[in-house]
Parts: sequence; structure tokens; C-alpha cells
Amino acid sequence: MPTVAPLDLEGHVVGVAFLKDIPFFAGAAGTIHRLDQGHKTTELHDGLLSLAYDEATDTLLTGGEDGKVMRVSADGTASLVAETPRKWISKVAAGPQRAVAFAYGKTSYVRLADGTTKEFPEERTVEGIAFAPKGLRIAVARYNGVSLHWVGMAGQPVDLEWKGAHTDVSFSPDGRFVVTTMQENALHGWKLDAKPGAEARHMRMTGYPAKVKSLSWSAKGKWLASSGAPAAIVWPFQGKDGPMGKAPLELGTRGNTMVTTVACHPAEDIVAIGYEDGMIIAARFADSKEVLLRRPGKGAITAMAWNRSGRQLAFGSAAGDCGVVDLAG
Amino acid sequence: MTETTTQKPIPVTVLTGYLGAGKTTLLNRILSENHGRKYAVIVNEFGEIGIDNDLIVESDEEIYEMNNGCVCCTVRGDLIRVVEGLMRRPGRFDAIIVETTGLADPVPVAQTFFMDDDVRAKTELDAVVALVDAKHLPLRLKDSREAEDQIAFADVVLLNKTDLVTPEELERIEATVRVINPSARIYRTQRSEIDLGKVLDQGAFNLEKALENDPHFLDHDEHDDHVCGPDCDHDHHHHDHDHHHHDHDHDHHHHHHDHAPSPIHDVTVQSISLRGGEMNPDRFFPWIQKITQTDGPNILRLKGIIAFAGDAERYVVQGVHMIIEGDHQRPWKEGEKRETRLVFIGRDLDREKLERTFKACEVQA
Repeated sequence: MPTVAPLDLEGHVVGVAFLKDIPFFAGAAGTIHRLDQGHKTTELHDGLLSLAYDEATDTLLTGGEDGKVMRVSADGTASLVAETPRKWISKVAAGPQRAVAFAYGKTSYVRLADGTTKEFPEERTVEGIAFAPKGLRIAVARYNGVSLHWVGMAGQPVDLEWKGAHTDVSFSPDGRFVVTTMQENALHGWKLDAKPGAEARHMRMTGYPAKVKSLSWSAKGKWLASSGAPAAIVWPFQGKDGPMGKAPLELGTRGNTMVTTVACHPAEDIVAIGYEDGMIIAARFADSKEVLLRRPGKGAITAMAWNRSGRQLAFGSAAGDCGVVDLAG
Repeated sequence: MTETTTQKPIPVTVLTGYLGAGKTTLLNRILSENHGRKYAVIVNEFGEIGIDNDLIVESDEEIYEMNNGCVCCTVRGDLIRVVEGLMRRPGRFDAIIVETTGLADPVPVAQTFFMDDDVRAKTELDAVVALVDAKHLPLRLKDSREAEDQIAFADVVLLNKTDLVTPEELERIEATVRVINPSARIYRTQRSEIDLGKVLDQGAFNLEKALENDPHFLDHDEHDDHVCGPDCDHDHHHHDHDHHHHDHDHDHHHHHHDHAPSPIHDVTVQSISLRGGEMNPDRFFPWIQKITQTDGPNILRLKGIIAFAGDAERYVVQGVHMIIEGDHQRPWKEGEKRETRLVFIGRDLDREKLERTFKACEVQA
């Protein structure tokens, strides 16, 4: 039976992560909390807007209302990566070789480990950034599509076009697909490994009753789990054409609340599903079997992360009630 | 259900107006006057706001067309983002003010608060306030459609810089504003000096509150069905800028006049006021749905009070383009005349068709 170690914080939790197996909770007010032999805090921002986990270095990247981009280590020490006073840093992303991407307004910036910063202007506001799993390449979500830029090379970006507002972007772990969340209740995907010269193939993933705000790729990228419905909607990406022409799994369906956050297990085909009422379950893809991880709480689940071994799940909510679920009990 | 959904919605005031009309001055007043309320302000550029306030957020106007085939279904993507960010830290402010650029279309701003589920769940559009530079309005109307749209769309119009024009010019300007928008409250100001209670907390988009705050809601058209042009023969009581609330009785003798041409040309917005008896809901609802579906792109605002046959309560409706909302407001009072009133503000509206089809919704005697 899973057990929950609660941590009650004030206010909206933007993100959670494990650094060296220490759970971290990032509050919207700008304080980072960690459970490292007791509750410890680091004051990071005046207003924290965005967070990304950098797997390569086991650190956290954050962006704030104060225009700062920070990097936080497992011992809670923080260092300034970049600063642009008064600009809201609403997106950060972690890349290879300690590269950090962030954005404000119509420009994405990539700061490399040697301290140089590259700029990638767009015609519209940058809504989301993601690094490709291989090579120093970023995808930038904006109105009417996605731009793919090679960070090290000057030149025209690849324009993945699809009408409408794209609010965030993600690469599949194998780099074959790019998927965006949209302002309308849908995901859009592009297959990148189409033959040279061929049209990038589009995938429309629709049918959601609400906006999709949480995406999570399963181990090895075989599935893509998403929020935005009363169930976790899990699209199959095993085939060479991804989910085209296939129906998604619907896991953890509930009649009276919505899924707000999803987090796939690091090894198994299992997804943690967080709901608007604060409940969390884990569901297995193979047989849809469910396990309750946490009973409903004070606020909607806004963030979840597994530790490396996949034995613990950290979570946070819009009302500040956080915790760590231990599957072993 | 959860704490986030039970929070009281934060009111949002939208300030529009051409460059130089006095928006920044008004904003500085709002931020510096001692009213005990805290405001988060979303601006296009920090510009000349001299007040040090942590909660001034810069944001690029970012218009989204929705992928539903409707050209008028536009929202402001930047507002969705900024409001989401602000609302993660509630308690820092009591209300939000959105300042738009001079050329901004107010419609996507307003529609954001109706069409985006997240924004709608946490905030509530309070009122659209347009600042008008009395000196330069004629010129603005000549060279831009935005100036007219801003007035047409407003709930409150501040006719500013009145000290820069003659009383006669001011009459003409106010009459023009009134032609463009007969249902807005108009205040004459200098240097954006106004009792903030007339600008903030208006509840103009709140169906219930709009009528509580303004007992003469839609009575305006009684004297606004005609235009108060320079040739107008009735007595204006301009000693009181707030004349909507006061001089309702001065001109009923000629409210049958139809809209006279504007005293200033270049006005392309029109308003159509409809008045009728009790309505058959089985006819009225399909009618208003159809009108807003087919003519929605041309309708900037619509407001109305509906008397349904056999219904003990007044029903109020309001709309922006193709979005329409309606709800019961309060019981009809004893002796209150049960009549239906609707005003459409827009362009290229077919008055004859609207009047005829509206009348067809009346309960047949």
C-alpha cells in the first residue's frame, strides 16, 4: 500500500522534481522547498513562472517574474544563468552540454556553457521551447506552428506550420515527433523523419473537453499521456506513423472531475494521473488497472515527478498541499 | 469544488483610447490615489507610468484567431498567459487593469474573458473604459476605424481634454460619441480627472450587477434614439456631466426621432434600439441565436432586458459578436411596465430585418 508523506506549503506549486533523490517543490511566489533531512528552503525569485529539470546535470532550471533564469543544485544552492530585468521568463528548457533555453516576448535565447548566448527571433510571441533529444536543436512553439532551430548554425529555421495558437512543445524521446499543445482543446503533432523533401506529416489529436496543459512521454517514448479530459488520454507512438488512425487509451476515467497533470513512470508502462480535486492514481497501460496513490486534497494537482528508481512520486497542487508518495509503503 | 474554483473572480477593467487620449494619466491616478485597493496592471509598454509598482506587467498584444472558422472569434493570447501567471499568486491584488495600445481592437481583449475557460474561471470582465481626446476625435474618426470601435465597445467613455475645445465643439463631440454608442456612460474630464468609482467596479459585463448599478440601464435610448446634434432643439443640462443618471425626463417629447446623421461624418458604427412587449421564449431564443450567428461579426455589443410571457422575472442578455449570455435578473416589480428592450451596436446592421424579426417574437395578443 502506497504511503504519502505530506508537505503543506502556501500557494500554487509550479513544479516538482527529484534532484539526487531529494524531492523539490517550486512555489509560484518564488521559494523552492526541498525535503532533505527536514524541510529546507531557498528564496529564488520574486515570482516563479517556469521550471525545467536538467537530467544531465541533475539540476533544476527556473524562470521568474523578476527576469531571472536560475540553476538550482541538489544541495539547494542557486546560481544566476541570465537576467533581463522586468521581463517575465515564462519558459525555460534544459539542453545538452549545460545549454539553457529561455524566452520572453518574441525571442528565444540559448545560453551555452561557455557563456555565449544565441538569439532566435520569431514573428510571434514564444510560447514554448524544447530541446531535441539529440543534437543542439530547439523547437519553439508560437502562433501558427513551430520553428526548429539548430543552435550552432546560422540559417533559416525549419517551419512546421499549423494554423492556430501553439502553447507548448515537446519532442518525442526518439526525436521522431514534435507535439504541441494548443489554445484550442487539441494536440498537434508532426512526424519529422518523413523522407527528405516530403511534407512533414501532421497528426491532429482532438476530442478533449478542456485545454491540454500536461504532457508526458512514457519510457522509450512509446506512448504520450495527456491531461485535458476526465481521463488520462494516452496516444500510441510505437508505430512509424505515431498515433495516426489509432484511438488513444483512456485511463483513470472519473465522472466528476478532470485530469490536470500526468507523469509517466520512468521504466514501466504506467502513468501517474493527478486530478482537479487533488486525487492521484497510477494506471497501467496494458490492462488499465488502477492504484490509488493519494486521496483528494485541497487543490488541483499542478505538478508531479517520479524519482529515478520509479519508487517515489512527488506532487504539488494549486493550493500548496504537496507531498511524496512512496509506492513501497 | 477546489479552492481555485471557489475563489471570487478578480474584476478586470480594460482601458482603451488613442495615443494621447489620457490613458497613462488615468492609470497613474488609479495607482496613486488612496483607495485602499491594489491593482495589477497589464500594459503594452512600461512607458510613462511613473509609479513604482511591482505588479505592472509588460505584454505584447498577441491576437489569436480561434480555429473554429469564425473570423470574429479572436482572443488575446498574451492576456491568457499573463492572467494565468498573475492568478497563481492571488492575494497580491484586488483587481486587474488592462491598458491597450492606441490602435488596439478592444474586442479580442473582451472576448478573452468569455472564450478562454481558464481566464473565465478566475476573472470577470468589469468594464471597458474608453478615453477620448475631445480635441482630436474628429481627426481620429477620419483616419481610423479603431477610434470608433473603441467608443462603440465601451461601457464608460471619458471625454477628456475638454478644456482644449469650445463648448460648441464639445457638444458636437459628445453627440458624436452618443451616436456611436448610445448605451455608454459619458463623463467629461480634464487631465483624466474622474471619481474612480465611476470607472472601476462597474460590473458592466455582470448581468445582475449591470442593472443594480444602473437603474436606468437601457433607458438611455429613450433620449438617445435621436442624435443630439447642433441642430437639436432640446435643452442640454451640461452642468452635470453625469447626465445619464439625471436628465432622463428632458426629452421624451421627441424620442420618436430616428438616428439623425452624426454631426461629424466618418461614423460607420450604428446602434439599433428595439422595444417591444412580452416575448415568446420559444421564438425569442432561436431568433437571438440566429441573429448572433449570422450577424455576429457585425455586432460589437448587444444588451437587453427581456420580458417573457408568464415569467415572473426579468431576463437580461448581453453579447459581444457571436458570444451571447443571458440570465434571470430579478422579479418584475409591481406596476413595472413589462416590456422588452434591446440595443445592438455594430456595423451594417439591417434595421428593418431586426425590427421585423424581433416583433415576430412577441406574444400574439
